[in-house]
Amino acid sequence: MLSGLVFNIQRFSVQDGPGIRTTVFLKGCPAACPWCHNPESQSSRPEILFAEERCIGCGQCLLVCPLTEAPAKGKPGAPGTRCLGCGACVAACPSEARRLAGASLSVAEVMREVRADRIFQEESGGGVTFSGGEPFAQFPFLLALLEACRAEGMHTAIDTCGHAPREHVRAVAPFTDLFLYDLKLIDARRHRDVTGIPNAQLLANLRFLAQSGGALRLRVPVIPGVNDAAADVDALARFAASLDGVRGVDLLPFHRTGARKFARLGRAFPLADIVPPSAERLADIAARFREHGFEAAILG
Amino acid sequence: MNERTTRLRQKSLDARPAISPERAEILTAFYRENEGKHSAPVMRALAFHRLCERKTIHIGAGELIVGERGPAPKEVPTYPELTCHSLEDLDILDTRPKTSYAVSAACRMAYAERIIPYWRGRSLRDRIFAALSPEWHDAYAAGVFTEFMEQRAPGHTVLDDKIYGKGLLDFKADIAAAAAALDFARDPRAYDRSEQLRAMDIACDAAILFAARHAALAEQLARADSDPPRREELLHIAAVCRRVPARAPRDLYEALQYYWFCHLAVITELNGWDSFNPGHLDQHLLPFYQRGLAAGTLTREGARELLECFFIKFNNHPAPPKVGVTAAESGTYTDFANINIGGLLRDGSDGANEVSHLLLDIIDDMHLLQPSSNLQLASRTPEELLRHVLRVVRKGYGFPSLFNADAVVAEQLRQGKSLEDARAGGCSGCVETGAFGKEAFILTGYFNLPKVLELTLNDGLDPRSGRQLGPRSGTAASHATFDDLFAALRRQLQHFVDIKIAGNQLIERVYATHMPAPFLSVLIDDCVARGTDYNAGGARYNNSFIQGVGIGTISDSLSAIRELVYERTELPLADLCTALSADFAQHEPLRQRLLNKTPKYGNDDAAADRIMTRVFAAFCEAIDGRPNTKGGHYRVEMLPTTCHVYFGSLCGASADGRRAGTPLSEGISPVQGADRKGPTAVFLSAAKMDQIRTGGALLNMKFTPALLAGEEGIARLAQLVRSYFRLGGHHVQFNVVGADTLRAAKARPQEHRDLIVRVAGYSDFFCDLSEALQDEIIARTEHAAF
Repeated sequence: MLSGLVFNIQRFSVQDGPGIRTTVFLKGCPAACPWCHNPESQSSRPEILFAEERCIGCGQCLLVCPLTEAPAKGKPGAPGTRCLGCGACVAACPSEARRLAGASLSVAEVMREVRADRIFQEESGGGVTFSGGEPFAQFPFLLALLEACRAEGMHTAIDTCGHAPREHVRAVAPFTDLFLYDLKLIDARRHRDVTGIPNAQLLANLRFLAQSGGALRLRVPVIPGVNDAAADVDALARFAASLDGVRGVDLLPFHRTGARKFARLGRAFPLADIVPPSAERLADIAARFREHGFEAAILG
Repeated sequence: MNERTTRLRQKSLDARPAISPERAEILTAFYRENEGKHSAPVMRALAFHRLCERKTIHIGAGELIVGERGPAPKEVPTYPELTCHSLEDLDILDTRPKTSYAVSAACRMAYAERIIPYWRGRSLRDRIFAALSPEWHDAYAAGVFTEFMEQRAPGHTVLDDKIYGKGLLDFKADIAAAAAALDFARDPRAYDRSEQLRAMDIACDAAILFAARHAALAEQLARADSDPPRREELLHIAAVCRRVPARAPRDLYEALQYYWFCHLAVITELNGWDSFNPGHLDQHLLPFYQRGLAAGTLTREGARELLECFFIKFNNHPAPPKVGVTAAESGTYTDFANINIGGLLRDGSDGANEVSHLLLDIIDDMHLLQPSSNLQLASRTPEELLRHVLRVVRKGYGFPSLFNADAVVAEQLRQGKSLEDARAGGCSGCVETGAFGKEAFILTGYFNLPKVLELTLNDGLDPRSGRQLGPRSGTAASHATFDDLFAALRRQLQHFVDIKIAGNQLIERVYATHMPAPFLSVLIDDCVARGTDYNAGGARYNNSFIQGVGIGTISDSLSAIRELVYERTELPLADLCTALSADFAQHEPLRQRLLNKTPKYGNDDAAADRIMTRVFAAFCEAIDGRPNTKGGHYRVEMLPTTCHVYFGSLCGASADGRRAGTPLSEGISPVQGADRKGPTAVFLSAAKMDQIRTGGALLNMKFTPALLAGEEGIARLAQLVRSYFRLGGHHVQFNVVGADTLRAAKARPQEHRDLIVRVAGYSDFFCDLSEALQDEIIARTEHAAF
């Protein structure tokens, strides 16, 4: 059976679509947004997260590592670039200082997990959300999961930036009740500079989905110095307003919780100096969208 | 709150609990004069009459609802006929850092000179301890179980609607009719019944006299009061107290005052567990409320003021002072009156009404420690009422708690009650299910499940004392399979349940024989019709409960043993036991492995949850359905009050990675911090327990305020609760407070005196909790999913 790389299945998700949801995070993303709050979602290989404060220095990890990657003395640090992501140290670690991000799961295994909260999903009008990473990066797996959910009558959502060939978007649309569509910058050059991918395809796919009448909700990360200037916000709002039938937007303010995960991956947090947007600034931005007829929410 | 109730509330909050020797003095003098002259029920009734006749009557400035158990608010009487405090007890009560009661020099002297000399050796506590077996005492001292009735009477009962249509004069007529129907020629117990009925009749007179004394005092105060409006109020109080409880109430004011006199009478007669409780107050008051509004004699504001005065009365009454193990298992001022909101009517229709919302507004506004409140949430309860409740819950006082009214009915049907009686029932105390007005549902003591596992792992020997307490069920090395170990556990469990029940039966009979409760018996069906006391099986239903504690801890411990010892065979059980007896010294990696690498209850993990259900089933099988001495049966409940801290202090390290002496898990909640998959997984795990077999199972959840922000947050919480109840859950309660706030309150209590948190079936001032319990509440998982 088809399988894919999943780095988390979050139950009781309440900001990834309507109701109480189970969010399946697929690992691997073509973009490299420096504000990513799940940096372990970016690589399409399994990775080890190391939480230093939990390490008791017992050295079990050193005994089992095939590369003896970690330093020989003291508390072993986050794995370096040679790490195979084999997970031997994770299994050996008694204190859960090491966690494996990225497990290969079959469609059936994922379905077993998302089915567990069925009663809560039904009671709340919730369902399942596929997030990432970029879920389209594992298109066959994503499609199979969506089909399986549809067969069981579950409400489905995809949280995507839209980096996918049109035929993939077209293929999943019939099985997707809601697209949570990321929209970061309209300026093509700056979009490519900051995220590493161009935005032409993303915007085109968005327009395609809007025209085909699928349920869409926009998600705009608010990153100070990247896309929070008045001109950028106006460009976003104008573009959004030009889409047919799209009237909901969630603002996702930059926050620093991702910093801890960067550290656990042994990576430097690229936006360490950025201050999260103030409540007033967020309210201003929400107001700009409302002026264009949008229902805007600020998520935590 | 208006100006009056704001002032009365503040006065109630400011009053410091103190011991009043008055009741003990009156009672001691009465017993000295009358010992040996009367049958036990008549003696008790006459003693109660003497109290009603002599005790100080108090009517506070500005009060509308009147009556105090002691001479003034928070002056708490003692019950030396049950437990006679020693001078050392009084010193401890006076000076202990938490839940203290001031003891005056005069009180000490009264005890030294008159009270102790008479009651030492005569109090029920002395007699019970002398009569119990050495095995019972050993297990009790080791912390295998506690005993509710060693210093407090069987109580824990709730009133139905019967007083709102009948006065005590009407009850006296019922009593006379029952007495007239006695057949001395054919009924061998006719004399017993006639004495019991005579006692009930005297008790009714006593309560009417007690009210009349309030009427007289009100009239006297009115004559002396220069303020005309207050004079009018006092004269109205007098008129109300002349009407009720003698005759049926005609309006909301009389209904509330009537209940309050019954409440005072019950808690003056004896110090029953969990005071007394009006039950479905919204349902009972609705006719009075509607009639008053229709007739133009009542406004919503007027009703609210009366209800607020009524609520303050509860807050004026801290629990009777507890000492010893009883203080440890229930360390709180709360006396557990728990008002039921919503629920079902007898015909199965929705019981929620406009008074339900009025009560919620008051609870929200006053946030008093007492009375507690709960929502009886049936599948047909309107969503509007649930959301209203959750908006109060969000404030973070820990109440109202939420109960599954449909499950509460199912639990009672399983116990053999009629459908109508089950629907008219509800919950009291922490989470306990009962048929209101018709049942003696008696909690008898907590039972320490992890301690039984510790004894099992040590071949019946208690490592703490070095004494052989249980049967030799096999050494750790001798259990070749997990099933072998579980069989040994069952054997130990049965052994200690037998000791507990043998003790209970003795204590039940001591109360039945020596300590009847004639006034309470008037209020509970079918004591009058049967001519039998509440404490002797007179109630229509008689369930006795043993409350299991630490199901999370024992399940995780067994799960770890099964995983490491029997499945992965990573270490022999004997080696694990060696690490446990060393409290993991030099074994930190092993402790971490136990904590992190074994399946844990509370994560919707099939393997761990199966062990939980297996332990629960074994506990039920050892207890459920065994006969008590009152024609009823033993049942299980799963709640801890504060006993999980006490029990934990007597347990060595456990195989779930818990260190020696630290708290056990509470209720049916997962081990603190062991639930890592969020609230839905906790609910799914907890619902795997067949909770319908219990008389109550307590689940505690802690949420940060952010989770409940906005109407969206309220909607999510409502959906969570509805889902859990669809799964068969009995109860859930929420602490809505950030761990940072709690840490700050612990460090600087003076700044957080008003911080109320949900403990275990009740709410308490955070700063009044023991340090261990404070730490434990901080450690409970914060479900910060956002």
